[in-house]
Amino acid sequence: MNNSPSSTTEPALEIDLRDPSLAALFAWLIPGAGHLYQRRTGKGLLFMICILSIYFFGLALGEGKVVYASWNQVDRRWQYPLQVGVGLPALPAIVQSMITRRGNPPILGGIMVPPRNQEELGDWHYTLGQRFDIGTLYTMVAGLLNILAIFDAYGGPVVSEPGKPERGPPDDDKKK
Amino acid sequence: MLPAAQFWYIVPLILSVSLVYGATRHELVRPILYHAWHTALWMGVFMGGIFAVLWLVSLWV
Repeated sequence: MNNSPSSTTEPALEIDLRDPSLAALFAWLIPGAGHLYQRRTGKGLLFMICILSIYFFGLALGEGKVVYASWNQVDRRWQYPLQVGVGLPALPAIVQSMITRRGNPPILGGIMVPPRNQEELGDWHYTLGQRFDIGTLYTMVAGLLNILAIFDAYGGPVVSEPGKPERGPPDDDKKK
Repeated sequence: MLPAAQFWYIVPLILSVSLVYGATRHELVRPILYHAWHTALWMGVFMGGIFAVLWLVSLWV
């Protein structure tokens, strides 16, 4: 384990990233968990609240149908690789896909189950209307935002180019 | 008639994206909020501009 304090690019601000790889793994599994592991509690909670709230809001808008794993000739759900950036909350889709492919009944009340055919997918679009698209967008954005959070857990905050002035209030990042 | 109620869906997205983006650039609360405010403003103006152009075009066509 790397216990040495890692210096970030923000001057006079040293952040102990602990084990960056483990932090990145935690950050992927549960948004914000990597930062909590690094004892960066404020940022961890911010990532957790922001990312999980829009993910679950999107999932609720789509009534649990907008996150599913399907990759066959009739339905290539390309959005799922982006949604899975949010980690554990999106993984039941893979389990549901494996279960239903074997002909077994879905678990967890049927959320994140892939549609059986194009007709069922069409029904979902008809029933949910724009909520299907907006829910898909929300969950995709949540997954993509968590990728930024994973990088932050692994390497610390990204800074402006050397010599370029910071956009934040002057001297605030130098207090520590 | 514009579907005004649907515009509200953009608010949580802008809030989350700007806060998360700001948090990946800074470590302390005030700079994060400052950066997030600027990002939110920039996104709002950018998307508002595109919306205005598309709306004007739709009036034309």
